[in-house]
Amino acid sequence: MPKRANSFPEEVLEYVFSFIQTDQDRSSISTVCKSWYEIERWCRRRIFIGNCYAVSPRMLIRRFPDVRSIELKGKPHFADFNLVPEGWGGYVYPWIAAMASAYPWLEEIKLKRMVVTDETLELIAKSFKNMKLLVLSSCEGFSTDGLAAIAANCRNLRELDLHESDVEDLSGHWLSHFPDTYTSLVSLNIACLGSELSFSALERLVARCPNLRSLRLNRSVPLDRLANLLRLAPRLTDLGTGAYSAEWRPDVFAILSRAISGCKELKSLSGFWDVVPSYLPAIYSICPGLTSLNLSYATIQSPALVKLVSQCPNLQRLWVLDYIEDVGLDALAESCKDLRELRVFPSDPFVVEPNVSLTEQGLISVSEGCPKLHSVLYFCRQMSNDALITIARNQPNFTCFRLCIIEPKIPDYLTLQPFDVGFGAIVENCKNLRRLSVSGLLTDQAFDYIGTYGKKLEMLSIAFAGDSDLGLHHILSGCDNLRKLEIRDCPFGDKALLANAAKLETMRSLWMSSCSVSYGACKLLGQRLPRLNVEVIDERGHPESRPENSPVEKLYIYRSVAGPRFDMPGFVWTMDEDSALRVT
Amino acid sequence: MESKAHEKDLNLKATELTLGLPGRDEIIELPNQNKKRGLPVDSKNEEGSTDAKNAQKETPPAKAQMVGWPPIRSYRKNSLQANKNAEGETATGIYVKVSMDGAPYLRKIDLKVYKCYPELLKALEVMFKFTIGQYSEREGYKGSEYAPTYKDKDGDWMLVGDVPWDMFMSSCKKLRIMKGSEARGLGCDV
Repeated sequence: MPKRANSFPEEVLEYVFSFIQTDQDRSSISTVCKSWYEIERWCRRRIFIGNCYAVSPRMLIRRFPDVRSIELKGKPHFADFNLVPEGWGGYVYPWIAAMASAYPWLEEIKLKRMVVTDETLELIAKSFKNMKLLVLSSCEGFSTDGLAAIAANCRNLRELDLHESDVEDLSGHWLSHFPDTYTSLVSLNIACLGSELSFSALERLVARCPNLRSLRLNRSVPLDRLANLLRLAPRLTDLGTGAYSAEWRPDVFAILSRAISGCKELKSLSGFWDVVPSYLPAIYSICPGLTSLNLSYATIQSPALVKLVSQCPNLQRLWVLDYIEDVGLDALAESCKDLRELRVFPSDPFVVEPNVSLTEQGLISVSEGCPKLHSVLYFCRQMSNDALITIARNQPNFTCFRLCIIEPKIPDYLTLQPFDVGFGAIVENCKNLRRLSVSGLLTDQAFDYIGTYGKKLEMLSIAFAGDSDLGLHHILSGCDNLRKLEIRDCPFGDKALLANAAKLETMRSLWMSSCSVSYGACKLLGQRLPRLNVEVIDERGHPESRPENSPVEKLYIYRSVAGPRFDMPGFVWTMDEDSALRVT
Repeated sequence: MESKAHEKDLNLKATELTLGLPGRDEIIELPNQNKKRGLPVDSKNEEGSTDAKNAQKETPPAKAQMVGWPPIRSYRKNSLQANKNAEGETATGIYVKVSMDGAPYLRKIDLKVYKCYPELLKALEVMFKFTIGQYSEREGYKGSEYAPTYKDKDGDWMLVGDVPWDMFMSSCKKLRIMKGSEARGLGCDV
């Protein structure tokens, strides 16, 4: 190799590269020259794949021979709301099977919205002796039997997180499969499990794991068991309680308070199912240290909530039900000046009339009183353009703004106008906005504003909005950094998509359901853009059995270097050059 | 792409083959042009919006649910539902099955009715017509061939009386009055 002034030995470069962690930076250095590409690919240890169908396991392994940490995402986000039919895909087994032989030293697996089977979990347990971290976020397809295999075999496991997964609960005894010699647990999140755990196994596990810092129990763990567990793990920083209810007894309360106050490092609390308000003061002693509080299952009323949050001056994240009401959010704005993230969920989402006094005023208060607030998810029943303009002016630092006005297509309740101007103010003022969900009555003008000002927008969610293709065209042609676009029930059709076809290759994915995109347009897109997978999802049968101009039910378009997938169910078709010929 | 008007006129749904009775309302989502749902329709027509808003007030408070709207995850919806059910539960009591060895059928009792162990044991004695001995921590139930036991949340059979009453109430799944040599084994020093 010719000597160059800036040529270093491989080992030196590798050492330098080890300081470069983000995917973007890694990607950049790999494009400098061939030798850097080679060195980089041998020493890349962490992989993030935002869409499991964008690349194949074989391609991954061929390029990166020694990966220790992998993160994979499967189904599109709207799967969370049951818009993706059962059986659509997102199977992780092929990935695990390929990595079992290629990456025996794999330490971390993080999966989101993927189908994980017991067979998969057994393979993980068997294949990766060094498995330290397993996060299954919003996954499904496995049971407690699979968890038993993990418990029994993963001797080095530090973190097991079943975050919001849908697990088939066969028995609570899987916990007993952690051997008595197993002591490395640092973090356990089993809040999503439905059935009862083996409490004695849980207590023994907690007792023998001195490094346990995060424990999120499920609803079945009764309050009287909590004190014991906390005494066994006083160094917890993150606790998810089980059901927070019991018959009122002063001695039980005293024991619980003492146990909780013994956990001096607690920063984060969650759980709180079935809250009996008289037991809430048991947590008061650690409230000043709390940075994160999830009360989104707690059906407690505003006064109790106010009492609680006013004792948490260091709160950074609050998730709560709309029982907090405007008055509670006023109190929050007064007390929690360090608030960064707020989520307000609806307690009764399916009634038209409001059951609580939560309006746009609550959001105005927090946007005014909490200077660090940058992420909001807010469900409410009324909103006005004036309020949105005020909120945008109060808080130009929003990075994530998700507003869900519960009734689709309702206008500004004061003026009866659409919310175009209001959301326009949000995107214009909030120059760092990366994620936006809109709702209420909106015309194409709203999307003109979003396209004009939403230059940093990466993810946009739209439902029951817009008038015509022009709306979609504004977004696709204007939002330079758009990565994920998800749309449902909007009158957007072929013209905007075909006019902006090239844009789709710069995005991770586009989801459109109950819109007006025709089968003919889907075929055209699939044929013209080979690096896109254009998938038509239609449970009414093959789209060939309907006219070309007939709209498809659902459409999922994503860029991929792996070509069309082969694990599709009978109601999904990929549009490509051959699609016109294939009639299954 | 020509015929959007074509689509509206043709009413493609009428000619489609589906596995259902004719005239049944479509339950899967349709393109937005379909006006069946009775939502406010035209954004341009202000009057239309007001009319639609009034129409909304006339509809019953809980409307037919659309798939995936409002956008709330299933587990959250289930939790809210469970809360509503639970409110009923605390009002109606904790019923557990009671079996007695040798008895032809089981009974059910409401644990909430009793405030302490003596009350419960007395009630069992009356119900099954037998006598329980004297309880002591060391020797269990002395002076009787019966021993009251319960199945706890772990699935283990425990002697009634060892744990505080509230803890018992929340962990008791089933009661069984054991008789004979099996009973003598429980709680007694071997």
